[in-house]
Amino acid sequence: MSAVLALLRRDVALALRLGGGGGIGLAFFVLTVVLVPLGVGPETGTLARIAAGVLWIAALLAALLSLDRLFQADHEDGSLDQLMLSPMPLEQVVLAKACAHWVTTGLPLIVVAPVLGLSLSLPVEVLPVLIVSMAAGTPALSLIGTIGAAITVGVRRGGLLLSILVLPLYIPTLIFGARAVENALLDLDPVPALALCGAITLFSAALAPFAAAAALRINAR
Amino acid sequence: MTPGGLFAKCPVRGYRARMDLEIDSLSCRRGGRWVFQDLLFRADAGEAVLLRGPNGAGKSTLLRVIAGMLPPVVGNVRLGDISLGSDRASLQEQIGYAGHHDAVKPALTVRQNLELWAGIFGADGATIDPALERFGLARFWDRPVAQCSAGQRRRLGLARLPVIERPLWLLDEPTVSLDADATALVAELIRDHCAGGGIVMAATHIDLGLEGARVLQLSGEAVSDPATTATAAGTGADDAFLDGDWT
Repeated sequence: MSAVLALLRRDVALALRLGGGGGIGLAFFVLTVVLVPLGVGPETGTLARIAAGVLWIAALLAALLSLDRLFQADHEDGSLDQLMLSPMPLEQVVLAKACAHWVTTGLPLIVVAPVLGLSLSLPVEVLPVLIVSMAAGTPALSLIGTIGAAITVGVRRGGLLLSILVLPLYIPTLIFGARAVENALLDLDPVPALALCGAITLFSAALAPFAAAAALRINAR
Repeated sequence: MTPGGLFAKCPVRGYRARMDLEIDSLSCRRGGRWVFQDLLFRADAGEAVLLRGPNGAGKSTLLRVIAGMLPPVVGNVRLGDISLGSDRASLQEQIGYAGHHDAVKPALTVRQNLELWAGIFGADGATIDPALERFGLARFWDRPVAQCSAGQRRRLGLARLPVIERPLWLLDEPTVSLDADATALVAELIRDHCAGGGIVMAATHIDLGLEGARVLQLSGEAVSDPATTATAAGTGADDAFLDGDWT
């Protein structure tokens, strides 16, 4: 367990260093959402109507941005070989790296999402649902992302391939995450959509470590 | 760098279970050609093995096969009573591997890098300072690795070996970018490890001055042998990627 924490701490620390890429996702998220009112126009009704979709699409793309370095950096400097020989199973390594990715990209998105929601004139009473839906859904983005990152680990400039592999798998999270916020906006029950969003996260937590570890083993050959 | 600082002894630890290494009719194929075939070899606990052979003879490949990162087409590797074929994870927990890359993070300091690997390998942090001292890195302990030279990075990569305390060391060209002092230190380190009952397999082109070390010569002959070439060519339909029955 302490080995997992050591790896988690390392990955978070490296991401927050200069050049670690930890702030890229957050910066992209904020910039994209801030640009929307400029492009769409300032009518509060229109903005509130599309806010949920805009926030979730921006979150998806923001999570995608830092994914290609998830295993690539460790693969290039030989750390991945060492991690394969460590007492941790490779599945645990994947889970630890997914957690670190979520802490450095997903968590900051959740923190700034309510502020950006307000700027898109979402009513204040909808914001708690937005926070819960992001908290339930963003871990799935990191977890599913590990599969794509593991498959493309040996590919130079594999970012495009990674996006093509991973984005279709993000669609259920996008649909249910945005639906929960929209339901709350329309005075409907957001709980079923939230529950499904959380279910996707749990499902990917159960599946992704094994899929990603298998892909990493094949790529180590 | 004072020789005294370089050669300051780490406490030599004995490995409780003295394990021998056996390589049994190991064959490996990459990219549709045999890298080596029917390799038979045995090393006792406490022996150093030097892998020799021209470039492309399969030294690195052999080390990666033994480390369980590359599945052999046929054959097996056994360390003590742990077999690669049936229990890869346990075998991997006995291996300290130093490959072409040093596995150090430029953004972290010298000491942080070692602490990190000690934490991930569940090793005792008390071995970190003696290892830094021994590799002549104690003076730079708080320097970011980004500011270290290639030789210093290589030393840091090798300093991981005594910290994580694994009985079988697989060293792939450990002396690349090292100066004469540090090369002598590598030989010293290998001798100490063997004295403690460990096994070292090192692929190297230079003379490390290890008396009594076994030499395993990989000639790359398996590739030039016409019969083998025919086999490799004739089975082109088999994708080397799919060879090996475990994932």
